[in-house]
Amino acid sequence: MTATLETRAPRRRRLGRLSESRNGLGFLFMLPAAVFLLFFLTYPLGLGVWLGFTDSKIGRPGVFIGLENYRWLFDDPVFWLTVFNTIFYTVFASIAKFALGLWLALLLNRHLPFKNFFRAVILLPWVVPTVLSAMAFWWIFDSQFSIISWSLMRLGVIDQPINFLGDPWNARWSVIAANIWRGIPFVAISLLAGLQTIPQSLNEAAAIDGATSWQRFTKVTLPLLTPIIAVVMTFSVLFTFTDFQLIYVLTRGGPVNATHLMATLSFQRAIPGGQLGEGAAIAVAMIPFLLAAILFSFFGLQRRRWQQGND
Amino acid sequence: MAQTEDHAVGLDQYETLPRRILTVWLPLFVFVFVLLFPFYWMAITAVKPDNQLTDYANHSPFWVVGPTLEHMRYLLFETTYPRWMWNTIIVSVASTTISLVASVFAAYAIERLRFKGSRITGLMIFLAYLVPPSILFIPLAFIVFQVGIFDSRLALILTYPTFLIPFCTWLLMGYFRSIPYELEESALVDGASRWQILTKIVLPLAVPGLISAGIFAFTLSWNEFIYALTFISSSENKTVPVGVLTELVRGDIYEWGALMSGALLGSLPVVILYSFFVDYYVSSMTGAVKE
Repeated sequence: MTATLETRAPRRRRLGRLSESRNGLGFLFMLPAAVFLLFFLTYPLGLGVWLGFTDSKIGRPGVFIGLENYRWLFDDPVFWLTVFNTIFYTVFASIAKFALGLWLALLLNRHLPFKNFFRAVILLPWVVPTVLSAMAFWWIFDSQFSIISWSLMRLGVIDQPINFLGDPWNARWSVIAANIWRGIPFVAISLLAGLQTIPQSLNEAAAIDGATSWQRFTKVTLPLLTPIIAVVMTFSVLFTFTDFQLIYVLTRGGPVNATHLMATLSFQRAIPGGQLGEGAAIAVAMIPFLLAAILFSFFGLQRRRWQQGND
Repeated sequence: MAQTEDHAVGLDQYETLPRRILTVWLPLFVFVFVLLFPFYWMAITAVKPDNQLTDYANHSPFWVVGPTLEHMRYLLFETTYPRWMWNTIIVSVASTTISLVASVFAAYAIERLRFKGSRITGLMIFLAYLVPPSILFIPLAFIVFQVGIFDSRLALILTYPTFLIPFCTWLLMGYFRSIPYELEESALVDGASRWQILTKIVLPLAVPGLISAGIFAFTLSWNEFIYALTFISSSENKTVPVGVLTELVRGDIYEWGALMSGALLGSLPVVILYSFFVDYYVSSMTGAVKE
């Protein structure tokens, strides 16, 4: 090893001076990641905000038009409908994902045979490309040949096929159902990892003191799980709020814009519509909501530090 | 937070069997059924002959008589599907490699070199992880167009690291933190350079972390959709998710057999990879949340 060091020494001298100082080496090591993130993340983020103030079209840089895009959006009923849709979609899908995910995590936290097998199988909807599984849902929600409609008709619950994606409210609930299906594994497996850090002895001690299983859940499990719930749900809300793929595959925002989310509207106005400026303004309008979710996460983490008693 | 892997049966042993079936096994099987049914439906549709596909009166929709590979054959030999598969593989492998290399250096610098401002940098990396592609794709399309890489695989290879690097760095920071600092100190005392410490001590110990980050990054880039949809316009440069959706859906008559075959074949590579590395996958998913 010493031999190779000596032969390399002259070539290394120039870099050597930089790499001897902690800050210099830190700078060198950060360089590749920093270049990527500055050029393809920070710069586009700023550019996006700027584009929102211009009338840029595809292939033509626009001029500064101030708040014109936002004023236009403010008077656009379709924009307000998508804001409503996005909040509706996020609230209901997130609540359902949390409730069902927590339930599944509690089931998996029990002493079960084939536990690892169940865990592996349950994560599949999260692993498979969303667009491809959404296409399976598209087929499941087919207006004529839906397997759900067929089964319900065979059971005699309904007389004619349900028009899943053709009716505004049916379409809203259908895309929410598909989103819940996709999101449960993430919530369940993350919460399961949190549950496994809670010692069984706490539950046993509570049981000996006469706590019912509901009391053990609300007074022991839930408080200890709160910090992880905060983080997991922040991620879940972020993913749901900015969702694009499911809607794009299942409805493209239809029928009559009933399922358009802010992300899909922004895409539609900017890319097929060519109005980059207006699309960027819609994307920028999502940022305040996302900031609220991140702040929520930040305070969740703070609470966790305080509970652990260090830092 | 270390996992308490106690194998104590806990309070479960006091439950009676019928109660256990009702409260544990029944809900669990409903969950598994609902979560897996779309995949079954995808697979069974992919091998159904066209005459059985929509003829629910004479054929049970849940089963298939005389499965056919006709849809797969059509997909592989009469469409650009193999080309999309190849593009997806190249883009995923290249962007994952770039991201892993950049992330190893960044994570090591933030976690171990502790240069001036490393804490702030770590926080910025976490915030970068939270920036969703849905608000970046418009300005990125603008940049990609100006740089002149629009409609090429390079556009995807260079933009995917924007969401892969923050994730991988964050995950690897956690792994590097778990490696005892004493190992590095003794190597420094023995005269090893930082480069030698990184390649001979830290990286071999962080192999599980590298595998986790690599697998997860590969899956994320395989599944990516919005950038590929925006930056690619010609058929021969598309990735599988975009190609299947935009090229196989023609007019009002959906060829469900071919569509589901495309979805099935496009999912298989990540599912196979996942089945070999389930534990790594789970640890990277939960690791990102727990750190």
